[in-house]
This record gives sequence, C-alpha cells and structure tokens, in this order.
Amino acid sequence: MLLVLVEDDSGAVSGGSQEALTLAHGLATDLNVPVHAAAFGTRGEFAATLGAYGVSTLHLLEGPFADAYSPECWGAALAELVRHIGAIGVIAAASEWGNEVLAHASARTGEAFASNCVTVDAGQQWSLTRVRGGGMLLEDAELAGAVKFVSLTPGAVEPAELPIPQQITTDSFVPESTDTLVHSTIVDRKSRGAGVALSTARVVVSGGRGVGSAEGFESLEELAELLGGAVGCSRVATNSGWRPHSDQVGLTGTKIAADLYIACGISGATQHWVGCMGAKSILAINTDPEAPLVTRADYAVIGDVHQVLPAILERARARKQVQGVA
Amino acid sequence: MRVLVCIKRVPAPGGKVLITEDGTDIDTRHLGFTIGPHEECAVEEAVQLVAEHGGHVTVLTAGPPEAEEQLRYALSMGANAGVLVEHGAHDPQATATALTETIRTLESEDGNFDLILFGNESADVGNYQVGIRVACALERPVVGGIKGIDVADESTHVLLHRENADGVEVYQAPLPAVAAVKEGLNLPRYPSIQGRLRAKKAPLRTVQPKTAPGGLRTVQLRQPPEKQHETVVLGYGADAADSVVDLLTEKGVV
Repeated sequence: MLLVLVEDDSGAVSGGSQEALTLAHGLATDLNVPVHAAAFGTRGEFAATLGAYGVSTLHLLEGPFADAYSPECWGAALAELVRHIGAIGVIAAASEWGNEVLAHASARTGEAFASNCVTVDAGQQWSLTRVRGGGMLLEDAELAGAVKFVSLTPGAVEPAELPIPQQITTDSFVPESTDTLVHSTIVDRKSRGAGVALSTARVVVSGGRGVGSAEGFESLEELAELLGGAVGCSRVATNSGWRPHSDQVGLTGTKIAADLYIACGISGATQHWVGCMGAKSILAINTDPEAPLVTRADYAVIGDVHQVLPAILERARARKQVQGVA
Repeated sequence: MRVLVCIKRVPAPGGKVLITEDGTDIDTRHLGFTIGPHEECAVEEAVQLVAEHGGHVTVLTAGPPEAEEQLRYALSMGANAGVLVEHGAHDPQATATALTETIRTLESEDGNFDLILFGNESADVGNYQVGIRVACALERPVVGGIKGIDVADESTHVLLHRENADGVEVYQAPLPAVAAVKEGLNLPRYPSIQGRLRAKKAPLRTVQPKTAPGGLRTVQLRQPPEKQHETVVLGYGADAADSVVDLLTEKGVV
C-alpha cells in the first residue's frame, strides 16, 4: 500500500497533508493498492478527515518518544512502520517537518527520497517533477526502489475529498528501534507570542536596498500593522544589519504565501523572487521601472519608497477612519 | 573540539538559469561559482566555535576538481584543512555514501569529529537529505534548520536552535553530533588578505571513494513557465497613493 505521513496543524490534518492524501489517492488508484496513513501520538481524531480522503487504515505511532519531537526517533519509527506494513511508497507534504522526517526514514530504510515534487506518476519506477532552487528550475526525474519516498510541494495539488468517505480502521504501532537510538531531545520551545508569522501572513510588507536604513523600516512596520500583516525584507537588508534574518524572504529565508506582497525598494534578484513568487498578487514600489520585481509584479508604483509610503499611510488611515465612522 | 564542515560548490545566482544542451544539468560556462549560503555560515560558525573552545576545523566538499576554489575560500575564512572528494553526481544517496566513507577514513586516522556541519539543503539541487543520510550512517544525532549553536564548555553536548512558524525550538544533542544549518546563523566574514594568501598555498587532500548510484535519477531540467502578464502601473511617486489605497480596499486588507 501507499502510506501518507500526516502532519498535525493545531490538532487538525494540515493543508499540505490533505494535498499529499489527494496525490496518494490518485497514485493508489493507478497502482490498485490501498492508502494508509501514519500519525504520531494519539491522533485518533484525524480518522474522519483521513477517511474522507480515501484512507483505509490509520497507524498511530506511539511510545515515550512520540510525546516530544525528535527527528531521529520519529524518522526511525516511521522507517520501522514502513517495513512492518510493507508500504511501497511514502508521501508527505514538503514542509520543513515533512522533508526532515522523510529524509530520516528513507536513510534508515536505505531507499531513495525525492523532495519537493509537483507531479508524480506511479509505475514500476515513478516519473516525477520536482522543483529545484526554490522554483528556479524544474527537474524531471525517475524514482526507483522497493519503497519510494516523495514529498509534495505545497500548492501543487488541489485537495479533493471523495464523494463517499472510506471506512477507516485505526491501530497503534509501538516501534522498538527508538529505545536504543542516539538522538537529540527538544529542551525548550519559545513561542513568538504576538505578531503575525511571515510564512502565513495574509499581507507582507517587505523592504530592500531602497529602504536605505534600519530606521527606514518604521513606515513599513506602520503599514504592516495597519493591514494586519507582517514585515519582510530582502537579503541586502539582512546583510546590512537593518533587519533580523528571520524577516528575510527568499531562497535562504522564508517562502511566503501571502494574498498580497508589497515589495518596497526591492529589485528582485532570483534569490528573492523564489521566496515571494507564491504570493497571490505583488505590488512593487521602486524607482527603477525596469527592476526585475517591477516587471514581474502585478502592480507597480514608480517612485521612492520614502515619498510613496508616507502618502499611502496617510490615505489608508483616512480611508479606515471614514469606514469606522460609516 | 574537532569540527568538520561539508560545503558545496554551486553556481552563483544571477538572472535566468541556463540549462545544458542535453538538458540534464545547469549550463555553468558563463557562471561564477560560490559556496552555498547555508554552508558559508557553517564555515563561519565552525571557525568561531574553534576560536572560542580551541580545536581544528576541516572543510570537505564532494564535487569536481574545480571545487578546490570553494575549499580554498573556506580556508581563507579560517578553516585549517581541506579535503576534496572527487565525485561528479548530484545523486543524494551516492553523495552521502562518498562523504560517509571519507569521514570514516579521516576519523580512523585522527579520531572523531565532535561536530559535523552541513547546509540545510544545497542551493542548486535542494534534496534536503545528504546531511541526514550521513548522520544516520554514522549513527549520530542530527537536527536540521539550525540557526544557533551553543557548545557546553565540557564539550559533552551541544544546544541547537531553530525557528519554526510558531517560534523557536532548542534541541540538545550528545556529541559527536551533526547539524544542518541555515543562513542567518551568523554573518560570514570577508576573508583577510593574510587568510587568502595562506589558503592559496595550503595543501589539499584529494580522495576518490567508490559509490553506487542511488534510486533518484535526473532525466532532464526545464525552465518553469514564466507567467505571462502585464504589470499595472498605479502611478508615480506620492501621487499614486490613492490608487494604492483603492487596490488595498479591493483586496480587502484595509
């Protein structure tokens, strides 16, 4: 059978996992095999959602190791389950977590792993397309082996529930290999607290070289706050010490999925583009009408951010006040 | 402490990426090369850790003979020794085997590396797995996405920090350990003139391990389709503010 590794998103099956389940259902239909799912800890409440995506069995990976994430233990546990149930393919969302656990599990089973796939066709070998360099290139590849590990790039597949849900049974699997494994242990976790996370923000207001200084980001922060969004930046802004690296949008920073990306004084080198191309629409504010990000944006304002942003803030506040009165 | 950093020679990002005529690799004839950004931070971190705790930094790369350039750059940043693993393929399983075999050889001669650093994923191929495969083969703990490393003075364990969407996680791993790091870990130094001169003359070791191909085979590379669209210019300078606020209203964000 095919096995889908299910990621928990605040107690529910994550969106990426729903996409992975949809892909798995299609592949399993072609291969004429059932789809099973694996989740860590007591996640029996996933069963109804998983049944709707065609899963016939949910395996709950349980044991002392499952209470706190340890990449080595979770990967080893998944590898043990894969061997135990005889899965021929393992699919997960290509989140940081999904890629990490599948890399561990594929290493421990000695099988190949194709990360960040956008299409997969099953057969004796699996023909797939994966994204490279955050989306700069597409790679067509063949995946061989007794067990094929695949992670699916978020947004590559439209999640689709079945018209009639599958009857699903749930069992628990307690791995043995995790008892003796040399592994890391999570010892502290700090929540970011208030503020909007860059990766999930609906609106991102981002600045680059054209902002010119750390102080220059004040107006970006004001606009982000007004729009309920997060502040991002380019690699230049990080490397100049204007913003922390956690704000960086790009290949080596965060890849955003905002409804609206407002790029202020960012020329848009490839490194940056792959971080923001997932936004539904892009507004670029730049003095250079030929800047790559301006030509790739949906909307552009040609001008200096130091003049444009204060004017936008003033009008937006006025508009908001009028709406409040009305 | 003994630190090993595994780096990769990657094409320097520019505009459009060109593909070779047979369609299986990046056409690098007109490109410069660099160390992957994650790995450059790994080298910097190793040099800083050794400056604080004492020890030795070895830098290793699997790649073509030309990857000597990247090894020498890492030496100019302060690494002490360089090893070139001659290995042409991007195949993640074969690369991991080549690295593991080389690390075993190095460790059988001079003892274990306390810490082995990788970049979280390579900038050009991005398989997200070579460091983890090596760590599993060596039976060592490994955590990815690392943006902070603290080594306790007694050198028995290491604290590894990483960010996720909700905040920060801290892992403790017993040494010897492996970490796959990300850019943002530090700001890599610009090599000094003395460093460059030293690196130019430093002897490098070359090894040629035998590997079998893994299960992932590249058929061809393609350019992603460029979205055809027109950019709507909302206006020039501060005069565009009204049109922008109209757009924000239309998008439902004001």
